[in-house]
Amino acid sequence: MADISSDFLGIKSPNPFWLASAPPTDKKINVLRAFEAGWGGVVWKTLGSQVKNVSSRYSAVDFNGTRVMGFNNIELISDRPLQINLDEIKECIRLFPDRAMVVSLMADNDRDSWHELIKKVEDTGAHGLELNFGCPHGMIERGMGAAVGQDPEIAKMVVEWVMEKATIPVITKLTPNVHSPVPAGKAVVEAGTNALSLINTIQSVTGINLDTLVPNPNVGGKSVFGGYCGPAVKPIALKMLTNISQNPVTRKVPISGIGGISTWKDAVEFMLLGASNVQVCTAVMKHGFRIVEDMCEGLSNWMDEKGFRKLEDFIGRSVNNITHWEELDINYHHIAKINQDKCIHCGLCYIVCEDTSHQSINIAKGHPYNTYTVKDEECVGCNLCQLVCPVTDCITMEEHRVAPEYVNWKDYQRLGLPLNDH
Amino acid sequence: MSITNSRLTAAEYHENFSDIHPPFENHSAALVEANRCLFCYDAPCTKSCPTGINVPKFIKQITTDNIKGSAHTIFSANIMGGGCSKVCPVEKLCEGACVFNLMEEEPIPIAKLQRYSTEKAIGNNWQYFERKPSTGRKVAVVGAGPAGLSCAHVLSREGVDVTIFEKEAKGGGLMTYGIAAYKVTPEFCEEEVNYILGIGGIEVRYGQELGKNISLEELRKNFDAVYLGFGVGVARQLDIPGEELDGVVDAISFIYDIRTKGYPAVPVGDKVAVIGMGMTAIDAATQAKRLGAKEVTLVYRRTQAEMPCTEAELNIAKLDGCEIIWLAAPKEATGENGKVNTLTCNLMQLGEPDASGRRAPVDTGQTISLNVDMVIKAAGQMPFGDLIAKNSLNNNKGKVAINEHSSTNIPGVFAGGDCVNGGKEVVDAVQAGKEGAASILEFLFYAKPQSS
Repeated sequence: MADISSDFLGIKSPNPFWLASAPPTDKKINVLRAFEAGWGGVVWKTLGSQVKNVSSRYSAVDFNGTRVMGFNNIELISDRPLQINLDEIKECIRLFPDRAMVVSLMADNDRDSWHELIKKVEDTGAHGLELNFGCPHGMIERGMGAAVGQDPEIAKMVVEWVMEKATIPVITKLTPNVHSPVPAGKAVVEAGTNALSLINTIQSVTGINLDTLVPNPNVGGKSVFGGYCGPAVKPIALKMLTNISQNPVTRKVPISGIGGISTWKDAVEFMLLGASNVQVCTAVMKHGFRIVEDMCEGLSNWMDEKGFRKLEDFIGRSVNNITHWEELDINYHHIAKINQDKCIHCGLCYIVCEDTSHQSINIAKGHPYNTYTVKDEECVGCNLCQLVCPVTDCITMEEHRVAPEYVNWKDYQRLGLPLNDH
Repeated sequence: MSITNSRLTAAEYHENFSDIHPPFENHSAALVEANRCLFCYDAPCTKSCPTGINVPKFIKQITTDNIKGSAHTIFSANIMGGGCSKVCPVEKLCEGACVFNLMEEEPIPIAKLQRYSTEKAIGNNWQYFERKPSTGRKVAVVGAGPAGLSCAHVLSREGVDVTIFEKEAKGGGLMTYGIAAYKVTPEFCEEEVNYILGIGGIEVRYGQELGKNISLEELRKNFDAVYLGFGVGVARQLDIPGEELDGVVDAISFIYDIRTKGYPAVPVGDKVAVIGMGMTAIDAATQAKRLGAKEVTLVYRRTQAEMPCTEAELNIAKLDGCEIIWLAAPKEATGENGKVNTLTCNLMQLGEPDASGRRAPVDTGQTISLNVDMVIKAAGQMPFGDLIAKNSLNNNKGKVAINEHSSTNIPGVFAGGDCVNGGKEVVDAVQAGKEGAASILEFLFYAKPQSS
């Protein structure tokens, strides 16, 4: 059986699944329940100067009857007294010594505040620190959170302060509310951070109540931008993770992947793109801590099937499979094929191709069932029909190379090869 | 053994005859099912609906919280979409065609979703269709059943002044008088008729029967066009000895009595045999049971594979405790003192396919006898052949003959629904009404004057 234990900068955990710094890691009672359920570690909800949270705090985006495709919060860092948090952290470490305890920090913007906070946290016996440079709401107005992460110079300065003091591993958490996470990532790596984590939440407005006309979440008739997360943000997180994994500077440090991870499959995808472990929040806020059981088992089964014995065997394996558009092979071509034995005649492939793509599907009217076939010569191989087909493996994409040799766009231009004529 | 009425308490009658269709408990429950719908293109469900309701669209509209629009979509194609959602044999129509069947998955509960939207629309009296200003043209419609109401509604929308002549005291036709009360309650039937008439421009004259108080001649004289939608009504005779005995009744009259006299007033036997396996047979058998009959046995000369009713209908009968004897054809009814006490049936076996394509029952020579005190005949209905012939209407075995424009042989006289097709579903009659109205509009406003 595969070994799914994780070692992140020497911080050991029985599995690579940590809970992200967020409401589920705000108190001892939650964290103990998480450890009992089997979570490998937690990043304790951000400590810093005391704040006050409002009500309500969350809102969500539902999709086609499924709740919480995306999730949004306007909660600030921990609003509990610092000493209570510190005492509870210590207690959790004592009760579950085999789990990772990382503490998220967001001190006021001066060296002394950071040093003082780091000292107090290290005294708890915590295994690592995560710097919250990503919170997109509330703290940003005070020059903290994403305000730090969005400015590489400030980020670098703060990390330098931290590294002067810290004796345990430091992870810097990056904000996605930038065009690229790389400039800030490079700055903090150069400043000495031991690791990176990403992404934090994305600034958002999740929706508006069409009766009251007040956006969600509604705090006494007003709303504010919140931080968006959950399954909807996973593709954005994977993209930003790839940026960090491919950059020669930022890829030098381990990465903790965050952003919409709900299942072992999501976790594997993050790890294939370079994350050494992953952090989860929204999925447990939707389902509770029990989801970790399937995450562990699913990961282990997949690793066994693929012949991976430990996590390092596959971490980063897909990073180089994301290239630049100019490098793609123009002679690669595939064509949709509809398996008539599996087809249920819903017509979705036809209507999307006809209305929005390349009119490549033929319709033979029947009563009540039409027959749909692909016009091979028209199909551009875009995948759209396969994506909308409700039947697994009914539409497959069959490879039909234009020519055997690899030709990319640069070659194509250089050789003066023909462009489309329609 | 005897035939008696008032077998049950008021509470029992209420329980037995209340609406059988469970609604969605709440919006979330409806959403779960609505969201399963794949939103097929050129959808098989729509193509299998005689009125062509855009099913994916109305279901999608439920998911977007546009219930008003959802019911609009339904009523645009079928103004009796509410009633049809309760009485349609959907497993043979929309739900039977749902693509989920091809995945061996439960089809979308289209009828239930349709009830969800239409009940809200009817309950709130959301009127979608505005009548155009009166054109001054007048059309007489004979029969306030599904065909007549559907035709009248389309005509009124176009500014035609419609007068419906209805022989009964209420509208709705077979919905009100010929279908089990637990499928469409009297209250619902009345609401639905009022909802349809809510557009205005339609006057209904009740107690007016063609051939009795009114004649086709008069109607032709006083109106610009006439639409005949008077249905079928005469129960088919079994032509067996003993059919005249007391206790042998026809299902049409039996159901009519249930729908008009009130449940306690309708007498029912202890041991009831119902002959036939169509929708009407099921409605008669189940309602006999629900009126308090101790034993109800459905007798059918073919097998389940050939039965005209749907499996869902058969299951209602089974759940009501009705017995079923397949491959038994009534041979004779016998009795004492003029009252039936025995139904003797020939036992049949299936032979070669007949004209209907179904395997024909063949007499085996064996018989069985059922101890009964009531026999309900539900072996089909006959058209009003005399009425049709007397009015010089071309007909096909008593059914009004029409051309592809719903027109009879008499200029300006159109027809549709059961009086033409011999008795099909409500949804077929609604479609016939729409088609008839389209032809009448063409006739009134666009047709070239015919040279006499």
